[in-house]
Amino acid sequence: MTVNVSMNVNGKTVSADVEDRTLLVTYLRENQRLTGTHVGCDTSQCGACVVHVNGKSIKSCTMLAVQAAGAEVSTIEGVANGDELHPMQEAFRDNHGLQCGFCTPGMVMSALDLVKTNPDPSETEVREWLEGNLCRCTGYHNIVKSILAGAKAMRGA
Amino acid sequence: MNEMLDTGIGAAVRRREDNRFLQGIGNYTDDIVLPGQTHAHIVRSPHAHASIVGIDKAAAEKIEGVVAILTAEDFADYGGLPCGWQVNGKNDEPMKEPKHPILAEGRVRHVGDPVVVVIAETADIARDASEKVSVSYKELPSAILVDDAVGAGAAAVHEEAPGNVCYDWELGDKAVVDAAFKGAAHVARLELVNNRLIPNAMEPRAAIGDFNRGTGDHSLYTTSQNPHVIRLLMGAFVLNIPEHKLRVYAPDVGGGFGSKIYHYAEEAIVTVAAAKLARPVKWVADRSESFISDAHGRDHVTTVELALDKDGNFLGLRETTLANMGAYLSTFAPAVPTYLHGTLLAGNYVTPVIYCNVKAVFTNTVPVDAYRGAGRPEATYLLERIIDIAAHDLKMDPAELRRRNFIKPDQFPYDTPVALTYDIGDYEATLDQAMQASDYAGYAARKAESAKNGKLRGRGLISYIEACGIAPSNVAGALGARAGLYEAATIRVNPTGSVSVLTGSHAHGQGHETTFAQVVSDMLGISYDSVDVIHGDTDKIPFGMGTYGSRSIAVGGAAIVGAVDKIINKGRRIAAHLMEASEADVVFENGEFKVMGTDKQVGFGDVALTAYVPHNYPLETLEPGLEETAFYDPKNFTYPAGCHICEVEIDPETGVVEIASFTAADDFGRIINPMVVEGQVHGGLVQGIGQALLEGCVYDDNGQLLTGSFMDYCMPRADDFPNFVVSTNVTECTHNPLGVKGCGEAGAIGSPPAVVSAICDALSEYGVTHFDMPATPSKVWSLIHGGKKAA
Amino acid sequence: MYAFKYTQVGSVDDAVKAAGSADDAKYVAGGMTLLPTMKQRLASPSDLIDLGGVSQIKGIRKDGNNIVIGAMTTHAEVASSPDVRSAIPALASLADGIGDPQVRNRGTIGGSVANADPAADYPAAVVGLGATVHTNKRTIGGDQFFTDMFETALEEGELITAISFPIPSKAAYTKFPNPASRYAIVGVMVAQAADGVRVAVTGAGPKVFRQGDMEAALKSNFTADAIKGVKVSADGLNADIHAGADYRAHLVGVMAGRAVSAC
Repeated sequence: MTVNVSMNVNGKTVSADVEDRTLLVTYLRENQRLTGTHVGCDTSQCGACVVHVNGKSIKSCTMLAVQAAGAEVSTIEGVANGDELHPMQEAFRDNHGLQCGFCTPGMVMSALDLVKTNPDPSETEVREWLEGNLCRCTGYHNIVKSILAGAKAMRGA
Repeated sequence: MNEMLDTGIGAAVRRREDNRFLQGIGNYTDDIVLPGQTHAHIVRSPHAHASIVGIDKAAAEKIEGVVAILTAEDFADYGGLPCGWQVNGKNDEPMKEPKHPILAEGRVRHVGDPVVVVIAETADIARDASEKVSVSYKELPSAILVDDAVGAGAAAVHEEAPGNVCYDWELGDKAVVDAAFKGAAHVARLELVNNRLIPNAMEPRAAIGDFNRGTGDHSLYTTSQNPHVIRLLMGAFVLNIPEHKLRVYAPDVGGGFGSKIYHYAEEAIVTVAAAKLARPVKWVADRSESFISDAHGRDHVTTVELALDKDGNFLGLRETTLANMGAYLSTFAPAVPTYLHGTLLAGNYVTPVIYCNVKAVFTNTVPVDAYRGAGRPEATYLLERIIDIAAHDLKMDPAELRRRNFIKPDQFPYDTPVALTYDIGDYEATLDQAMQASDYAGYAARKAESAKNGKLRGRGLISYIEACGIAPSNVAGALGARAGLYEAATIRVNPTGSVSVLTGSHAHGQGHETTFAQVVSDMLGISYDSVDVIHGDTDKIPFGMGTYGSRSIAVGGAAIVGAVDKIINKGRRIAAHLMEASEADVVFENGEFKVMGTDKQVGFGDVALTAYVPHNYPLETLEPGLEETAFYDPKNFTYPAGCHICEVEIDPETGVVEIASFTAADDFGRIINPMVVEGQVHGGLVQGIGQALLEGCVYDDNGQLLTGSFMDYCMPRADDFPNFVVSTNVTECTHNPLGVKGCGEAGAIGSPPAVVSAICDALSEYGVTHFDMPATPSKVWSLIHGGKKAA
Repeated sequence: MYAFKYTQVGSVDDAVKAAGSADDAKYVAGGMTLLPTMKQRLASPSDLIDLGGVSQIKGIRKDGNNIVIGAMTTHAEVASSPDVRSAIPALASLADGIGDPQVRNRGTIGGSVANADPAADYPAAVVGLGATVHTNKRTIGGDQFFTDMFETALEEGELITAISFPIPSKAAYTKFPNPASRYAIVGVMVAQAADGVRVAVTGAGPKVFRQGDMEAALKSNFTADAIKGVKVSADGLNADIHAGADYRAHLVGVMAGRAVSAC
């Protein structure tokens, strides 16, 4: 079955004809060519595909595109303000919170959702929040540091 | 460090590659879409060992959107996947090297062995159609565990390897070592398993083949750590495509850890298929497929013995190991348990005689090859474990036993009995540094505090040495390497003075684009921003051997230095001409060519422009342009070393182990970017602690992978760890121009024995002196439950 | 994923109708188990009936001495609900420990309960708190709902609409997670419920079960000490590469003791 799916992605209305079985992540990557959202597993665990749908972080590999029809979706490509990095992105850069970069978009999107509900998280809260985001490079140390610094910068902003 | 620059060698420069990764505008292989691209799905063996009775493609071929279905017959004109290292066993007997076909030829030898390729207009159609391909099998008995595979009556994985033995290799004089053991006051002995691991870089492997009918040029986009090596192996040995007609491009790569060194079947498949179809063919692994097709790591079954005199001085070491090769020899597999393992058995210690015997064994499992550390973690693990056992047996303090046997700073260069010459080090200094950083003296209070909370606290301390930048090529060649082990670099100074660094060292998380630019801008005294680092594309980079074995800065960096030196030398000649001075009087400092003893000087940018606009130029004696290439073949390995101290807290009711603290003090030689180095250590530590606590690949008796997804293979997560305490203590490498040693693997090498040692210490009252990793809660609980609490 | 037909519905009736007219329909709630299963091609429904738009079965309300949670309420909503947090904090904390934040933002209580994964957390709450499962046809007692591994008392096409939890005088849930999947190897809900003490164990067996010996011991003396001596048999408990039956049996005791202490 093919269906036309429209949604608002990073502030722009987009649309594409896709199969019912098309995942949101596939819709974003292949139909919208927003390839910053990654696929790192097929069991909904790694979190490389995290985006926000209607303001909440979700795994776009575990949601159908058609389920996001009409929704407000934000992806990593929509986080920076033009060439100016968002304070959370800046914090990742400043604290070496990424190495190969593959898990990074999901980490940043997940972190932004955390800070939305918990603007001043503790280190333990950050580590627990990242249960759904795997990284194989950084040992998490600098990711945690980055998120704490990013949260602080966002509080100050 | 160039004092004019805060971006030079030693500065914690923020990474320039982060800008694209943080905005989701990197360019990974799966992000690339070529016009007219088709999609490949691979039908893989569901059996560990079986004959292929028949393949029926008819139903699948009828599905709309299917473009082609390929089997082994379609690859009959091509070679098998080559092995890059030939190890000879006892009496110079060559290893058994059975063919590793691109697609299974009549027989499958592990779950995941590729059998049929379905190519279709979309990935979904390819996968739908692949289920309509009917492959009938006749199952055969299988050999899964190494000890079973070498047992009497074991199923033969390959007829040409009797007893499933690939090679039976030894290092050292057994008679001499046996004699040393006879005279020993004490012999410590241990049987251990180095658990099999699955690398799981976050980006699954992917490959796209493309073919230009107009020029006959093939292109392969692939998730590789070493595109030139893939070009060489696939072009020369598999597909018979000459280098100049084959471009291999590894764009942004999402982590490798060794698993993306090797030449895999899928790379050859998409390259061949693209040419056959005259359309691009893309293959992307899903994670489940990665689990059964990426090379695994470790998997050693070992017996180790250490002989000591009555004072605790080491007299000799003996090791026998069965090393699992899996079903076929992966690219560098034979070298891992031999030249990257046996040669490291001296560790940081004066051990007069050492004997090592390694049998490599074929099994019906996924091929095993180098994974972060590759052979060295296995050597460090067995050595540090047996030293702990000896300390326990002799009732000696583990730190003092190590200290007593350390190679002392005045003993360098030090020839080990296992063929290496260590150039420099100061093991006591890193030991002291780690002890201080971990508040070694305050341990008793922490242990008491843990006990108050009902927790068992333990501490483990280890020293490690590793060997990076395997070399030199002629020695490696004599030992069976089928490739060189140098690195190449080109420095292209552009007419306006900006610099392109073309390096053979691929970056997939290491930050080369930043750190290599630091080195070059520092040496040339030019702005960091005017230096660009280019890697990963065989059409752009003259040559390279790639990134593995912590070699990038030690070998690739040294090649860059060589090329920059050539640039400076040529620049000096141009500058001498411009300043009408003798070349011998011209020096290069902080980006200026100066005539000694005068105030005459000319800037690097002016020299660059002159080289490309040679109006006032010694054209008779010097060619225009400013571009130089250097190859660097190291004289020796580099030898990073350090000390790791781990403290754990165990909940005796559940067996849950928590890392209470982890301290690493490492000597990586000169540090180019301390921020990047710390990041490498953190990552290595988590992979090593992951091995010790969480990760273990489990096959069932029939060769089905039980840990075939992240649901069962336990990946380290953020809440499994505390913050780490890391520091460096520098002795500069004596034989490379930067004094660097390498830092990528150290964390994964030192941490497993440190964690295991800490757990054994915590469980000492239950009589535990060793157990096999990983220390799952269930296993630790069993140790407590089955152990006897000392009175 | 195999191809299927997707239908979004706006009401329970429409959902049931849509399911009834399809060959082999499945309801999708949050999809946190169903979609991964379909991605692995381990399920191939002809139709997916998406309940995401059925607002009548979303939300949390306090109804007398019960907390009633609509089937399409997400784990995150349960975890952060002031009503749940004040009336049954054990339930909020259980919901807060399911999966990861992104799973909690999509996964629903109805979907989890209907799926009846033996290692899921919610079954321990349904049984341990003596909840009632409301469907489009009837009400089913928590004790009768889970019939076997991935099996429930739900009939073909029957749809959970809400689950009502009687507010206990005290309750706590303690979970020992699988280190890899973070599902429960053993999870124990202990409650002093209106109908007496309840101890419900998930993860350990093929389905959630009540630990009668512990309930009896706690009835007279609601302390961790009271159940220290209770022997948990390993017979019939799950065993896998992560935990054997003996270890699970042991953990039932430890987790139950900790839950009682946390009450």
